[in-house]
Amino acid sequence: MAAVERSEAESGLNGTKLAIALAVAIVALGAPYLLYPVFLMKLLCFALFACAFNLLIGYVGLLSFGHAAFFGGAAYVTAHAAKVWGWPPELAILAGTAAAAALGLVMGFLAIRRQGIYFAMITLALSQMVFFVALQAPFTGGEDGIQSVPQDRMFGLLDLSDTLTFYYVVLAIFGLGFFIIWRIVHSPFGQILKAIRENEPRAISLGYRVDAYKLTAFVMSAALTGLAGGTKALVFQLASLTDIQWQMSGEVILMTLLGGIGTLVGPLVGAGLVTTLENYLAESALPVTVVIGAIFVVVVLLFRRGIVGEVAHWLRRRG
Amino acid sequence: MIPLLGIPTQVLFGQLLLGLINGSFYALLSLGLAVIFGLLNVINFAHGAQYMLGAFAAWMLLNVLGIGYWPALVLAPVAVAITGIILEKLFLSRLYRLDPLYGLLLTFGVTLILEGLFRSLYGTSGQPYSPPAMLTGAVNLGFMVLPIYRGWVVLASVVICFATWFVIEKTPLGATLRAATENPTLVQAFGINVPRMITLTYAFGVGLAGLAGVLAAPVYQVSPLMGSNLIIVVFAVVVIGGMGSILGAIVTGFALGIFEGLTKVFYPPASNIVVFVIMALVLLVRPAGLFGRER
Amino acid sequence: MAEPLLQIRGLQGFYGESHVLHGVDLDVFPGETVTLLGRNGAGKTSTLRAIMGILRRRQGVIRMNGADLLRTPPHRIARAGIGYVPEERGIFASLSVAENLTLPPKVAEGGMSLAEIHRLFPNLQERAGSQGTKLSGGEQQMLAIARVLRTGVRLLLLDEPTEGLAPVIVQRIGELLRTLKAQGMTILLVEQNFRFASTLADRHYLMEDGRVVAEIRREEMAGKMDLLHETLGV
Repeated sequence: MAAVERSEAESGLNGTKLAIALAVAIVALGAPYLLYPVFLMKLLCFALFACAFNLLIGYVGLLSFGHAAFFGGAAYVTAHAAKVWGWPPELAILAGTAAAAALGLVMGFLAIRRQGIYFAMITLALSQMVFFVALQAPFTGGEDGIQSVPQDRMFGLLDLSDTLTFYYVVLAIFGLGFFIIWRIVHSPFGQILKAIRENEPRAISLGYRVDAYKLTAFVMSAALTGLAGGTKALVFQLASLTDIQWQMSGEVILMTLLGGIGTLVGPLVGAGLVTTLENYLAESALPVTVVIGAIFVVVVLLFRRGIVGEVAHWLRRRG
Repeated sequence: MIPLLGIPTQVLFGQLLLGLINGSFYALLSLGLAVIFGLLNVINFAHGAQYMLGAFAAWMLLNVLGIGYWPALVLAPVAVAITGIILEKLFLSRLYRLDPLYGLLLTFGVTLILEGLFRSLYGTSGQPYSPPAMLTGAVNLGFMVLPIYRGWVVLASVVICFATWFVIEKTPLGATLRAATENPTLVQAFGINVPRMITLTYAFGVGLAGLAGVLAAPVYQVSPLMGSNLIIVVFAVVVIGGMGSILGAIVTGFALGIFEGLTKVFYPPASNIVVFVIMALVLLVRPAGLFGRER
Repeated sequence: MAEPLLQIRGLQGFYGESHVLHGVDLDVFPGETVTLLGRNGAGKTSTLRAIMGILRRRQGVIRMNGADLLRTPPHRIARAGIGYVPEERGIFASLSVAENLTLPPKVAEGGMSLAEIHRLFPNLQERAGSQGTKLSGGEQQMLAIARVLRTGVRLLLLDEPTEGLAPVIVQRIGELLRTLKAQGMTILLVEQNFRFASTLADRHYLMEDGRVVAEIRREEMAGKMDLLHETLGV
């Protein structure tokens, strides 16, 4: 997508940034004493999902409409590994991540062959195919999904059935994922991705194998999405069709768009807002889908930079 | 009747007919999508929801106003087309100078709103809608029994698709549309009201979806979700056919429906995904689509 | 002195952030043939585009027959009686020659009939069914002019009609324009081919850096050759 402005938060660490990061860390560490840990864990999983998705749309400029395949696919694999094969949590999550990466390689390979609109439609169609496979395959449990996924000890030490412990584990997983994304964005690889997004013909003429870069970014995005999905399966002890439906792909797009495409923290904000909103709406009479759709329409028409993007833009104009 | 490869002829032709019917809807919907995309450069994700609207409009006309199928065939698409005009003038037109992906996202949001709304009003189960008296019953063709309404659906679809193709390719109105698709600025400089043409083209494409919805009402049940799973398959159809040609969209739609029907006969578990598999294969061999021109 | 058919005052034009027209002033009187001369990038094409509303960001005055074109929506500008033949000719590939010919709607009475056009351009009739872009460059240029003549315009805007064409075709176009002029057509012509322009025009406007820097009447041409050589770099 064209003309994405990078938030000032990207241009390296300075005093204010460090202070904010520290404040966020303190909040994150203390949060489970104020809010329900399970809700926070859900938030963190979706935040990681959105950040991983943002890697693709914000920094490579590719809109995937099929990331639910990675999220839900990893959830199923992790759930299966933990429940049926009895793998410990760290290996189960790893299995989910690897499965998502593999799926990302196949889907990405096919989708990269087209640009823009076609790319989006292809990813949508391919993930729908994955959905139908999940619907019919024996090991996914069809409409019921995989339930009662066990929560064992991670690394033999951390007892995940203790909610507070699990929260800190999920926080650490999120931190790891976020750190990886941050490093990717600020690496030479990330710079090339940016060059490709801004002027692909030029990048090609400079000799870069653009397709290879795009595919690598796609697989990274898929893998990190899988990390989020696998973790979520263990948190909720459930892997179901909801995780792998096209509506889920739409949700992560909304989270990223609302928070700010191409900003590092935007997806976090977006995920937080959407997850909180859905939680709140679940109790009320208002249909969730309608509200989500309305927000989509409003954001696309009036608010394309997203919250963090608008703030950054405003700061830049003042400074 | 001689079974083919162990499949009784009745079953084979029955499934082929079902495939042809699915193909009719694939063709009608991908035609609408192609027409809209050609001029507006927008992927109308809401196409499936507008198809659903058409079916519901017919259902409401019957159950609330007592208006039957034949008037509904005209009224419902018009009603849906009017919603399309409102959508285009108020929202879609603001996005034309932007990346076309925003148009996709906007219409995606509209889909969520429409489906969510109808789902909260009518739940997820389908409402029945009977075919008109004139088209009920079946006729025995010897190698199969043909339900008359289903034969009508295929016939109507072929006629509508052909008529649309004819207007676009062979009439001055179609020439104006083709020219505006190619170079809207120059067409406008000649004194043709291109913004109005754009609105009406969108309305036409949307109306076509609504019309498909009316045709579908007696075949599939009228349910809020009838559009969304269909539209994703139609996307795959459109990727396979390529959006460069109207004829390509039509032919691909019918062909894939038949293919799907055949798969259902010989290997049922794959019937849900065979279109996607074909899409994957086409992408490997001919990324621009079978009839496509690189855009 | 008669009222000008087309009057431009202080025209500023912008492509996005780029300021391309810096205050253009010119008049075109009925029946005149006027050329815009200048180097590449002087603003000649931008001026024509500004008149037709293709260049959207404009300030100043453009009046045609008294009507304020700046306040006219782009799709109504042709209705003021202006026919536009763009530099790239703009023949539509998805239309046949015949469809290309009849595409622009009639904006006034008095346009050429199809019969007259076919008499003037016989090969357009021969190739009526061919795809528009299958024609040669010269034939496409003829088609681009012909389709506009059908609509009854009073003012013809031509952007480099002889560019890239063989001398024989250039001659034919020159004859065509002379015939039109004799029939009372008003013509605003953008041309790099200075010699071609000088055989047709009543007046020349010399443009540089987005503004008119000199006005040269036909009879003054001989005396201004130095200025022209310097500005045009010929």
